[in-house]
Amino acid sequence: MNLRIQTVILLGLIALILPWLISDFRVFQVNLMLVYAIAVLGLNLLTGYGGQISLGHGAFYAIGAYTAAILMDQAQWSAYATLPVAALVCLAAGILMGFPALRLDGHYLALATFALAMAIPQLLKYKGIEDYTGGVQGIVLDKPLPLFEMEFLGRELSEDRWMYYLVLIVAVLMFWLANNLVKGRIGRAIVAIRDQPIAAGALGVNLTAVKTLTFGVSAAYTGVAGALGAIAVSYVAPDSFHTFLSISFLVGAVVGGLGTIPGALFGAAFIQFVPNVADEISKSAPWAVYGAILIALIYVAPGGVMGMLNKLKRGDAK
Amino acid sequence: MDGFLLQVFSGLATGSIYAAVGLALVMIYQSTHHINFAQGEMATFATFICWWLIDSGMSYWLAFFLTVGVAFVGGLVIQRVFIRPVERKPVLINVIVFVGLLVIFNAMSGWIFEHTLKAFESPFPVRSAVLPEYISGHQLGSLGVTLAVLLVIYLFFRFTPIGLAMRGAAQNPDSASLVGIRVTWMLALGWGLASAIGAVAGIMMAPIMFLDPNMMGGILLYGFAAALLGGIDNPWGAVAGGFIVGVLENLLGAYVIGSDLKLTVALVLIVGTLTLKPNGLFGQKVVTRV
Repeated sequence: MNLRIQTVILLGLIALILPWLISDFRVFQVNLMLVYAIAVLGLNLLTGYGGQISLGHGAFYAIGAYTAAILMDQAQWSAYATLPVAALVCLAAGILMGFPALRLDGHYLALATFALAMAIPQLLKYKGIEDYTGGVQGIVLDKPLPLFEMEFLGRELSEDRWMYYLVLIVAVLMFWLANNLVKGRIGRAIVAIRDQPIAAGALGVNLTAVKTLTFGVSAAYTGVAGALGAIAVSYVAPDSFHTFLSISFLVGAVVGGLGTIPGALFGAAFIQFVPNVADEISKSAPWAVYGAILIALIYVAPGGVMGMLNKLKRGDAK
Repeated sequence: MDGFLLQVFSGLATGSIYAAVGLALVMIYQSTHHINFAQGEMATFATFICWWLIDSGMSYWLAFFLTVGVAFVGGLVIQRVFIRPVERKPVLINVIVFVGLLVIFNAMSGWIFEHTLKAFESPFPVRSAVLPEYISGHQLGSLGVTLAVLLVIYLFFRFTPIGLAMRGAAQNPDSASLVGIRVTWMLALGWGLASAIGAVAGIMMAPIMFLDPNMMGGILLYGFAAALLGGIDNPWGAVAGGFIVGVLENLLGAYVIGSDLKLTVALVLIVGTLTLKPNGLFGQKVVTRV
């Protein structure tokens, strides 16, 4: 067996056993980390691979979350069934946003998506749709119950542990799909458009279709993350989706490494756990730390965690 | 009719503040083609400094001018320290640095001055001297102050050697540096000016809004809308755009959609302008050479 397969098996075993080794609250935090990893991965597909800057992915996360919440609250859907719907709704929303994005380069796209991120909490509070969204109050949900009872290492299968396996399965699936996407023909087209749009067009890549679809797929990823997040937290409210959520996804993508797949995990771990530590200094400290690390990374290690790991690997090979 | 005029005048008053923010954005965009996402948070931070100076006993106008000076130097230093190393890097890198600055300034405002809402007194009388039925003293005063700022900026760029050098550096950096203009310093000056104008906008906004670390978030969005509507490479367009957006916002808010969706108006304006008329109402068409 080569080293790569051994590592994958080891990581898989750790992932399976992990929730039984830590407290319920820690499991809940890990759930959110995995959820963020899916969202960061979605943003990375668009920004890292596609070179299209989005400061508004929090909006798609919110749309996914609300899709799940409204389906569960109004139509009594089971939590699991809401995930594909959230993906489809966000795919559509992403493609819609992708059309104006075709005409916008760099800063302008960042600006338009930034505006989207700023407007979304206010839109969610809008009185006209209050019957569905619950207005400022938001919607309280029930966590899905485990289908069976079991006990392992002295801990029982709680709702959060059950949720962990759901999130884990979805995350593994999404990472596997993304990996195949970027390694295949479409992935190469996405990167080609990022690096040399004119040359890519001349070589027969359909710029319009690929760019719009990238936006859609990226939004769908983030939407699934939003739906999972809503189920894991079992609550949605407009103010949890303010601009800074979008910014933290960007922070995650940069910290993990733009244009890498596993980087999303490191990025998500960063945005989930660093604020918990920094929070003890001051309420504003997490964001000061985010900002400082964001800028420092750009100067020192633009490749993020994955960039540093790859550098180490190459250093070993010498 | 009276209600309508009231909305128009108060729209013009807030519009003048959007115009100032829009002008600050254009000032940086013109020379570097960067959109400064941190503009609003920098202005908020400056407004906090002004609040702190007044709170510790300084007279209003002294604190005002001192803050504007501090903001100018601050903007200049930020350009030299943070922006200059990444000036020629890809857009993504620049956007990330701007977002980093946005987050840092927002966090610093909250950290140093705390998140409680602060009342910010207006230096102007409550009752306006002209047309008191339609416009309040502060609205007239802030309109006057922003118009004065615009006039000063115009005179500076039109009649001073440094203003001319800055215009040259923005229009054609290579030729400008060949005739001995220090282009990077001109960019830094542009940042200083933009930061100072933003500070004026923040200080004028604070009595209307209550001061807190997120005060300028929405205003920045309107400033973006103003700059884009007027054409982001055209300072006078941005100013006109500011007034248009201000009046439009108030009229739509009063008669059409209510105040709940004000930020959505800005979003629609931004996306609409960018897709339908990317150069804005008064902007020049940009032709790129392949």
